[in-house]
Amino acid sequence: METAVMAIPRDEIFKKVQDVLVNALGVDEEEVTPQATLRGDLGAESIDFLDIVFRLEKAFTADPSHPFKIPRNELFPEDVFNNAAYVANGRVTPAGMAELKKRMPHMDFAELEKDPDINKMQFTVNTIVNYLDTKLNGAAA
Amino acid sequence: MRWIWIDKFVEFTPKTSATAVKNVSLAEEHLHDLYPNFPIVPHSLIVEGMAQTAGILVGEARKFSEKVILAKIGRATFHRLVRPGDTIAFHATIDQLSEQGASISGRVTVGQNLVAEIELMFSHIDQNLAGLRFPEHNFVFTEQFTELLKNYRDNAAITL
Repeated sequence: METAVMAIPRDEIFKKVQDVLVNALGVDEEEVTPQATLRGDLGAESIDFLDIVFRLEKAFTADPSHPFKIPRNELFPEDVFNNAAYVANGRVTPAGMAELKKRMPHMDFAELEKDPDINKMQFTVNTIVNYLDTKLNGAAA
Repeated sequence: MRWIWIDKFVEFTPKTSATAVKNVSLAEEHLHDLYPNFPIVPHSLIVEGMAQTAGILVGEARKFSEKVILAKIGRATFHRLVRPGDTIAFHATIDQLSEQGASISGRVTVGQNLVAEIELMFSHIDQNLAGLRFPEHNFVFTEQFTELLKNYRDNAAITL
């Protein structure tokens, strides 16, 4: 029998993401705005991304017998960043841009398209909320 | 020599939980260094004991094939001091375990008393920090270390 999955309102997703980031990064709740960047504004370092994934999995697991899982490279596709065909000399190649867009419908690429410097690519709080909204509630509206 | 901060495991459930104990002796030099004439175990070394207990638990989950590194202390709350003569028990429970690492919750007790609550995150560094190269041999779980671990087994009876 199919189990009906209740949609989770976007503001509820945001609230949980906010809690996760407050605990993972030791920042204040007010700092975690939808536009805040994880590295730039909230001071996330590389190892924090794994911590964030672990905490999100825990926060969005409603039933421990069916844990919510975020597959590796789905939310933060580090395999793309570390692939020489996609990122060369610190810049995202056209092939890399196409791959990122395919893999990350939850990401806003407007800035990166203007300047494909990989170091300027910033994950925002919204990136995470978009990802979870799509993952939990189906295709984004 | 490797610096080992736990004396033995008293419980070990692979991929789930482990408890190790350490007997604190006034003969340990560092106890005299923190506060002269007031020997206590520094909080940092209580975290270290938990990291070693949980680190071995996390390492064993992948049969010591990964280089398991303490990546983050998520929380460390201390409730009481630990003195010479105490037996510290480090109870570690794996919360999450993935290809890339693990997170654990730890409780530190002396007898029935809660000493500390500690949350740690471990990284399998070859799976993370891609782009950085590490030596091929496992410098965390060396051969010498895994040999030593064999003595922790219940059936490792030592006879004279």
